[in-house]
Amino acid sequence: MGPLFNATDEWSFVIALVIGIAFGYLLESAGFSSSRKLAGVFYGYDFVVLQVFFTAAITAAIGLLFFEYFGWIDLSDIWVNRFYTGSAILGGALMGLGFVVGGFCPGTSACASAIGKIDAMLFLGGFIIGVVIFDAFYPLYAGFYKAGNQGPIKIYESLGMNREVFLLLFVIIAIASFVATGYIQQKISHKSKKY
Amino acid sequence: MEEVKIQQNTPRKYMNPYLAGVLLGLVILFSFYLTREGLGASGAFKRGVAKVEQIIIPAHVNSEKSAFYHYVKNGEDPLKNRLVYMIIGVFIGGFLSGAINHRLKLKLEHSPKITSKTRAIAAVIGGAIFGIGSAFGRGCTSGAGLDGMAVLATSGFVVVGMIFGVGYLVAWFFRKLWI
Repeated sequence: MGPLFNATDEWSFVIALVIGIAFGYLLESAGFSSSRKLAGVFYGYDFVVLQVFFTAAITAAIGLLFFEYFGWIDLSDIWVNRFYTGSAILGGALMGLGFVVGGFCPGTSACASAIGKIDAMLFLGGFIIGVVIFDAFYPLYAGFYKAGNQGPIKIYESLGMNREVFLLLFVIIAIASFVATGYIQQKISHKSKKY
Repeated sequence: MEEVKIQQNTPRKYMNPYLAGVLLGLVILFSFYLTREGLGASGAFKRGVAKVEQIIIPAHVNSEKSAFYHYVKNGEDPLKNRLVYMIIGVFIGGFLSGAINHRLKLKLEHSPKITSKTRAIAAVIGGAIFGIGSAFGRGCTSGAGLDGMAVLATSGFVVVGMIFGVGYLVAWFFRKLWI
């Protein structure tokens, strides 16, 4: 029963390299190597970010549940990020701002750098500067960073819902957003640009 | 037609977003199945910074004063981690797709309404803000967001909600950068 390896096993390093290649290949193939295409999600002329992102999330979430039903994976043994209320909210907010200003996120900037996008390389440089700044002043907000630890809590627990019901709702909301964004994108299509 | 296009090296069309999404979802699924953990991009860069600090300012990184203390505890090498291999893979995979689809080109992409210089400055500042944000968020769009949603973690949904929520909130102020 899965997970087959521990994340610190040397085999995991080899697997991670292969998974990274697939990850980078798919990001580039979907158009995530273009900042103008990515930023389109915030201006209504291109929703590919939302479409790829949420399709991937529901595919993986449903897949994990089926793997559990078939007895292939022990979901209690896989890694779940802890939820630190304030830090997660501030971090997400800053990432939203950074995305709109910079036009990338770390993964997409790495794959865009690989095909020669100079703006992506600059974004990555800025990203590293940001990480250094965070570490340099860390003692100032270390307390805030570690506050409000709710552990590896799940969203359906936070909402007091049944897991399967939540996932069904999530899938319905995702599909509704695909339909809605498809409609908006068509409306704004006269603004659509070549990248 | 296709052959003519290849000869002219015209960039090929992007993959259908839903097909790309399903394939990416399967990659995440197998990542969890095989290695216990999902995708990640920011972690490798944080570890890179920790490695440099370990060499040039070891006293800082080897103390509670550093956010990366846990990467180097007990003399560990911060680069001996699967996320480092994963980001190398992302570069390779991105390059392969760019090569196959004729999109390899040195280029600073920007809206015709702004100069290359404006775009360059915005990219660096945006990157820095994102860097600080992904440190507070304990991961970026992939490690905290995508993985988090895949395993139905509250942290993942909150981070993604904030990224898109704040993104839409501030988009109007930065519209000149893009439209």
